[in-house]
Amino acid sequence: MTMPLYASPEQLMRDRSEYARKGIARGRSVVALKYSGGVLFVAENPSTALHKVSEIYARIGFAAAGRHSEYESLRRGGIRHVDLWGYANDPRDVSARQLAIVYAQTLASMFTDQLKPFEVEICVAEVGATPEGDQLYRLTYDGSIVDEPQFLAMGGQVEPISSTMKETYQEGMSLREAVLFAVKALSSGTSGNGDNGQGVGKLEVAVLERSRPRRAFRRIEGAALAALLPAEADQSDEATEGEPVDPKPEKGSEES
Amino acid sequence: MEHTPSRAMPGATLPAAYLTAETSSFTDFLRAQAPHLLPGNLGGVGEPVRARHASELNPQPPHGTTIVAVTFDGGVLIAGDRRATSGNLIAQRDMEKVFVTDDYSAVGIAGTAGLAVELVKLFTLELSHYEKIEGVSLSLDGKTNKLATMVRGNLDVAMAGLAVLPLFVGFDLHAQDPAKAGRIVSYDVVGGRYEERAGFHSVGSGSLFARSALKKLYDPGSDAATAIRHAVEALYDAADDDSATGGPDLARKIYPSVVTITAADGAVQLPEEEAAEVAESVVTARSSQPRG
Repeated sequence: MTMPLYASPEQLMRDRSEYARKGIARGRSVVALKYSGGVLFVAENPSTALHKVSEIYARIGFAAAGRHSEYESLRRGGIRHVDLWGYANDPRDVSARQLAIVYAQTLASMFTDQLKPFEVEICVAEVGATPEGDQLYRLTYDGSIVDEPQFLAMGGQVEPISSTMKETYQEGMSLREAVLFAVKALSSGTSGNGDNGQGVGKLEVAVLERSRPRRAFRRIEGAALAALLPAEADQSDEATEGEPVDPKPEKGSEES
Repeated sequence: MEHTPSRAMPGATLPAAYLTAETSSFTDFLRAQAPHLLPGNLGGVGEPVRARHASELNPQPPHGTTIVAVTFDGGVLIAGDRRATSGNLIAQRDMEKVFVTDDYSAVGIAGTAGLAVELVKLFTLELSHYEKIEGVSLSLDGKTNKLATMVRGNLDVAMAGLAVLPLFVGFDLHAQDPAKAGRIVSYDVVGGRYEERAGFHSVGSGSLFARSALKKLYDPGSDAATAIRHAVEALYDAADDDSATGGPDLARKIYPSVVTITAADGAVQLPEEEAAEVAESVVTARSSQPRG
């Protein structure tokens, strides 16, 4: 006579949390922060084609760390949700807060109902009409939701990055300052990450820009990115064949 | 993609179909998840309420009238008058019939206004949805093909007299010669799409007059300002001979709407002051020379 395997619910949850946390820590880091002109995302990403940061809606952006296939399906689901919501009602009725709650519910039910939790941590950000209206939400694998007032770091070695950010963050940074700040924070997390050991790898940079009229999301790549980065870190990113770098809005972002 | 009865609501989880659907088309997604939101009878479910014929409707639903498109050196523009008519009445004087649909394309509409505006709204969303899901935007031919499918989906309603005719203009980023990258694509009610290689085209009730005017005015090597002037002249001629097309209304400050598309600026609506300037100078010129 065999006894069925028994594990206490506490043990089960602990195991799942540990599993998800380990998976997320294996990846590379992403930071998101508010700056004077909107919200900035900077991710360490060796690929120029597989994005960690993307556009969800006109004023809403998305960043994720962890397992690509899992956050990709969340990203697509989120885009479908907001596009349907905005189509059935009005684009103004779509908000990051509402999307974050839907994501939180989804992650929570994945965490409790499924055998394997999602190994992802995601960020939903919205740029408002004024800096006070900018929102930054962090969602973890178990569906907890945190409204971050200034910045967040996800994936990889988070502690050194967060502590660097906490020490040096200032309100109302310009885009250039914010990029430098984010790169500095990311580089504090890379030591002993099994990378080349020095500095950060290729970067994926995108902003939600308040000054852009319709769709606020803009990727900064190629020459536009090189101009923002410190000279010694040679970032020879090639522009992907997606949208060409729009020369117009940069002027606005420089002064903001 | 299976239909899940519960749509995502605030405070509910994303339905499984949202996470696993393999389509990058918003229309296909809508057809599976919320067919009641599709314009016309694109949904194809249930028994559609069919208008026996539009002529039985009283009053007639508003009709959009004349749209012109002109290419120029390094781009393309689309312009429309602002009038919508309902039978012999003016339904609206300041209607927008030209829409920026994404960074490098725009659509002007003629025909049943209510359906056409809905069609453009869905088309715009379709383009941005694809771009967000796939990470790259559709090719220009892909965009025109999507629009053709939508027009074809409206065929049943068009047979009942509620036709919608879009006119598409776009800037082809992959064109060999950037000077000729501006393209015009027209449609018929059954969804046929036709590349207008002549460099100008017009649709709507006043299109005959507008096209004749453009035939004499059009110059492929002209700059954007000249092309805008030509388009407004053509609309003036259309309004001159077609009662359903509205000319520049200086008293009410209603001017034709113009969208230009170039490599550097993308698709942008001409600011109202500039449209006013062009319209006023055309009207002034016509007061001394009525036939242009």
